[in-house]
Amino acid sequence: MTAKIKPAKGWPYARIRGVGGYRPTRAVPNEEILKHIDSSDEWIRSRSGIVSRHWAGPDETIAEMTLAASGKAIADAGITADQIGAVIISTVSHFKQTPAIATEIAYRLGTAKAAAFDISAACAGFGYGLTIAKGLVTEGSAEYVLVVGVERLSDLTDRTDRSTAFLFGDGAGAVVIGPSKEPGIGPAVWGSEGDKKEAIEQTFSWEEYREGSPEQFPALRQEGQTVFRWAVFQMAKIAQQALDAAGVKAEDLDVFIPHQANMRIIDSMVKTLKLPEHVKVARDVETTGNTSAASIPLAMERLLATGEAKSGDTALLIGFGAGLVYAATVVTLP
Amino acid sequence: MAATKEEIIEGLAEIVNEIAGIPAEDVQEEKSFTDDLDVDSLSMVEVVVAAEERFSVKIPDDDVKNLKTVGDATQYILSHQG
Repeated sequence: MTAKIKPAKGWPYARIRGVGGYRPTRAVPNEEILKHIDSSDEWIRSRSGIVSRHWAGPDETIAEMTLAASGKAIADAGITADQIGAVIISTVSHFKQTPAIATEIAYRLGTAKAAAFDISAACAGFGYGLTIAKGLVTEGSAEYVLVVGVERLSDLTDRTDRSTAFLFGDGAGAVVIGPSKEPGIGPAVWGSEGDKKEAIEQTFSWEEYREGSPEQFPALRQEGQTVFRWAVFQMAKIAQQALDAAGVKAEDLDVFIPHQANMRIIDSMVKTLKLPEHVKVARDVETTGNTSAASIPLAMERLLATGEAKSGDTALLIGFGAGLVYAATVVTLP
Repeated sequence: MAATKEEIIEGLAEIVNEIAGIPAEDVQEEKSFTDDLDVDSLSMVEVVVAAEERFSVKIPDDDVKNLKTVGDATQYILSHQG
């Protein structure tokens, strides 16, 4: 017989309850990058807007950076770790794939055996995690969900590639998603375009590396012009769709936090979207570089810490990257 | 109606002026976008997208790298415009 199944009891809505970030202690200026490539500080700044980035030391592992950012996010949310029902970690640079790093994090934070898993959605990973977390809370599988974007992209950087050596940084950004009386996370406009999988990719597979050909460790490479065109012109449309889906007009927006890939992409996107002057735009890439899944929560934390944004502000978030994948949504800042 | 060669050069000059701040009169047929007009690879993408809209033409990424001079771009648009 088909028995009647009792559904979980979820909360009406979800919102971001707290945010926290961790930036490695060592800041790496362009001068250090220039030891390995034939370029100039002026060239790097004009092409990317990046002045420095943080690179993790041996002790600043994926786990340690995640724990530091998560502790801050949990404290900011005003909850305790045992209230967290699920831990979602987005990363492409944790090289021990089994078991998922999320399980160690759930244990070391002191959660009550929270569900824990990793996801892989590159620079859209934070938005993907946010969307999953919102579903878990509203459906009733977890009251609070920890979502972390964490990367050590310096481990996947070819120091001698003059088109990418200066781009990437390391760090962790975490948020706690929890119940809300009002909608605090809008509909996700997300998707993938696998026909463009070669636009950003790891140079070689682990199998190729294991077999010794080539000898160099895999790194990230990208087709700069293709990615730029897609990011500026296609992603501006996706960002607009996220505003429309949430029923929020550009003039009602306080903050725009795009994935921190490159200042030129951010500037062109702002122009294409025709955002009003009063909208505060995250430009954390200047001193953080591109930290993939960590970039949006890191930029969010900084805007709130400096007072450029405040709790309750309405923010448009959009992540986009290797896959190609993207995720945009409108949120209320914690 | 399809644009003439002169109209395309004039249009490109306006686009390059708006995107890269180069005086429109400097944008001439034999000028190289990168070497003479200081249009870098990312600005070139913006120029191409603006030209696509203005002249109803599709310029795929693979073709962009062959457009070295204003004349190359003009010729491309002349032969591909819809």
